[in-house]
Amino acid sequence: MSDSEEKKPNRRDFIVTATTAAGAVGVGAVVWPLVDQMNPDASVKALASTEVDISAVEPGQSITVLWRGKPVFIKRRTKEEIDSARAVDLSELKHPEKDEDRAKNPEWLVMLGVCTHLGCVPLTDKGDYGAWFCPCHGSHYDTSGRIRKGPAPTNMEVPKYEFVNSNTIKIG
Amino acid sequence: MRNSLKLAFFFILVSSLFFSKVHAAGEQHDLLEVDWSFKSFFGKFDRASLQRGYQVYTEVCASCHSLKHLSYRNLAEKGGPEFTELEAKAIASNFEVTDGPNSDGEMFERPAKLSDKFVMPYANVQEAIAANGGAYPPDMSVLVKARKGGANYIYSVLMGYEEPPEGMELDDGVYYNKYMYGNKIKMSSPLDEDIVEYSDGTKATVDQMAKDVTTFLQWTAEPHLETRHKLGFRVIIYLSVLTILVYFSMKKIWSRIETEV
Amino acid sequence: MSDHEYIPKSKVGKWFNDRLPLLTLANHLTDYPTPKNLNYWWTFGGILTFCLITQIITGIVLGMHYVAHADLAFQSVEHIMRDVNYGWLIRYVHANGASMFFLAVYIHIFRSLYYGSYKSPREVIWIIGMLIYFLMMATAFMGYVLPWGQMSFWGATVITNLFSAIPLVGESITNWLWGGYSVDNPTLTRFFSLHYLFPFLILGLVVLHIWALHVPGNNNPIGIDIKKPSKDTVPFHPYIVIKDAFALLIFLLIFAFFVFFSPNILGHADNYIEANPLVTPAHIVPEWYLLPFYAILRSVPDKLLGVIAMFAAIFVLVILPWLDTSKVRSTVFRPIYKQFYWFLVADVLILGYVGAMPAEGIYLLIARVATAYYFAHFLLILPFLGFKEKTTPLPLSITEPVLGGSPDMAMARDNSNYKEKL
Repeated sequence: MSDSEEKKPNRRDFIVTATTAAGAVGVGAVVWPLVDQMNPDASVKALASTEVDISAVEPGQSITVLWRGKPVFIKRRTKEEIDSARAVDLSELKHPEKDEDRAKNPEWLVMLGVCTHLGCVPLTDKGDYGAWFCPCHGSHYDTSGRIRKGPAPTNMEVPKYEFVNSNTIKIG
Repeated sequence: MRNSLKLAFFFILVSSLFFSKVHAAGEQHDLLEVDWSFKSFFGKFDRASLQRGYQVYTEVCASCHSLKHLSYRNLAEKGGPEFTELEAKAIASNFEVTDGPNSDGEMFERPAKLSDKFVMPYANVQEAIAANGGAYPPDMSVLVKARKGGANYIYSVLMGYEEPPEGMELDDGVYYNKYMYGNKIKMSSPLDEDIVEYSDGTKATVDQMAKDVTTFLQWTAEPHLETRHKLGFRVIIYLSVLTILVYFSMKKIWSRIETEV
Repeated sequence: MSDHEYIPKSKVGKWFNDRLPLLTLANHLTDYPTPKNLNYWWTFGGILTFCLITQIITGIVLGMHYVAHADLAFQSVEHIMRDVNYGWLIRYVHANGASMFFLAVYIHIFRSLYYGSYKSPREVIWIIGMLIYFLMMATAFMGYVLPWGQMSFWGATVITNLFSAIPLVGESITNWLWGGYSVDNPTLTRFFSLHYLFPFLILGLVVLHIWALHVPGNNNPIGIDIKKPSKDTVPFHPYIVIKDAFALLIFLLIFAFFVFFSPNILGHADNYIEANPLVTPAHIVPEWYLLPFYAILRSVPDKLLGVIAMFAAIFVLVILPWLDTSKVRSTVFRPIYKQFYWFLVADVLILGYVGAMPAEGIYLLIARVATAYYFAHFLLILPFLGFKEKTTPLPLSITEPVLGGSPDMAMARDNSNYKEKL
């Protein structure tokens, strides 16, 4: 009895170390399903894209549709709006982006209607640039949805979208 | 070690009691047994059978039985019939769903999309009962799990239509079925030879169709069965290895004192 | 419990420990002197802790996706099973986890019965344990209602109707429980709320259960009192921890088998049919772990007396420490009681079996005999046997299996030990 008790009780044996490591791997593997269950589920993902009929939108008009729980502005721009957006010198911009890159089809501007400051929805046809104005903290956006004045750090985001045909846009 | 033997024995005793409970209340006829491909530990669905089963469901069952918990996208998901996304889209677009309200405040009809739920044959339970002579054709989404005997039961009922035994009186609209509980069923025999035409050239015998549609319904009830089996196998392997490691660790640790574990 | 006071080695540790002695607690738990002769039946305490934590974690997760509404509950469960990432796994673990929890708790209880762990000075541990067991049954019952299948609905109807047996106020009480005139949406929402609450009450009681255990320390298979710490004990960590881990893994293997390869075998097929207040299933059967009590309920022909008998079956367990008059704890040294112990085990298994069978003919007769024997065991056999039984000699310690101690001597020694500690 006394012999064995003299052994240091906390001595780490190889087998014990291996066992602890293997157990830790298992605990890690169990955590993943518990985390992943909070990610968007299959039914949510299935709604990740939406098709919008734009045949009724007149030049100068804009519509707001809901996509992934957020508003998307679809604006059919007039000639003047396009010209003013394209005439801007990039050096004037806080977040320099060409209008040509933001609106592939210049007549149609599609962007997330979410202010990049703190997530409010900007008002249409308001503000110093006659385009969008966020009432929460006073961010002004131009006719290309670019930030020109106010606290917002970046331009309004352009989601992935495509023209399915001349009357339908698929967002997402 | 003697104690662990006792422990194992107790588990066997207790679990055998449960299983005997499950079998105890038997039906009048033993169910037909099929050697389903999805049954064993490594069981998987027969993909072609699932696709044929879907065909039998749409062409035969769907006029009365809903599958309300399924969406068209499920048809293209892994572990299921695995139609291609294009095929599943084409299937969905054959159905009209009510959507809306639109900007005028009106509901409208449009072709179904992958994200839509399966279109139901009746608007509500009452309509289904009224249209079927007072018997509700049950939703089939989880039917296999909702019947004792599972897939074998569904298959047996489909194969169990016979002439009633002598002396048995049946009302109008009631049929004799060897395997149905109480032997009376309000659904006439749904399957006849060549009632569907399989595109893969399989001969559409009653037995073949019954097997295919049962396989399909097993999938609708347990869409993640294949993942479950695969993951389960890994978990069992992992646990076994860890158990062995822990066993030797335990021996090692307890060897520090002279006591049997 | 240990004689010397624990002082953390690091300065920060000492600073913190002086303000909140968490390290002292941790040290107490790791060093906790445990009888070295505990067998595998003693591993179920750890297994049960694991079960409770698993149920709480998976339950919280399911609560994120489940919708407690009569029209949506069934659908939301199917949503979990089909669409939620790993939802099928989490739900099957939770559903089978309830059964595994009860399997473990029954083994734990019968271990206690065999080795006399409920006897002085451990009566409070036992009573808290019985409270936990009672809350577990309530929690499991309400959880089974949540999927809103046929068995959920009719099980809830039958069990809540038990209260209608109470004279005069029975109907008012059932209406109060239901929040209406039958089991319906208000019943479902309150069951969900309570099903979420009760596990945390159980958790609190488990802390008390373990606290109460750590006052006198563990009983052991020989049932004699031992000096702690001594040659008869080992520190909880690593000796008992690793042994509990081994037993837990064996348990997990069985658990995993159910979850992955037979997830619905312990459930009832009818619960995959949506609740329908117009059609009662042919057989209403509770989950297996409630069957013995269900059999007792049905064996009594009178409604009120049946309900009383069922609750009394649990209550006799609560007062068990005072029904058992024997001075010897462990059944190992009680040759006659040992036989009656196994009769009781068989009796409970028989009650469980007839509880699953229709209440008619031979089954009803068996149920009545088994019910009568159940009460006779606790109310007649146990008190009487304690006085009459001639027990075999007790060893004086675990490491020195010297025979010749008598129960009285053992008790005398117990008391002196106690005085020493005080």
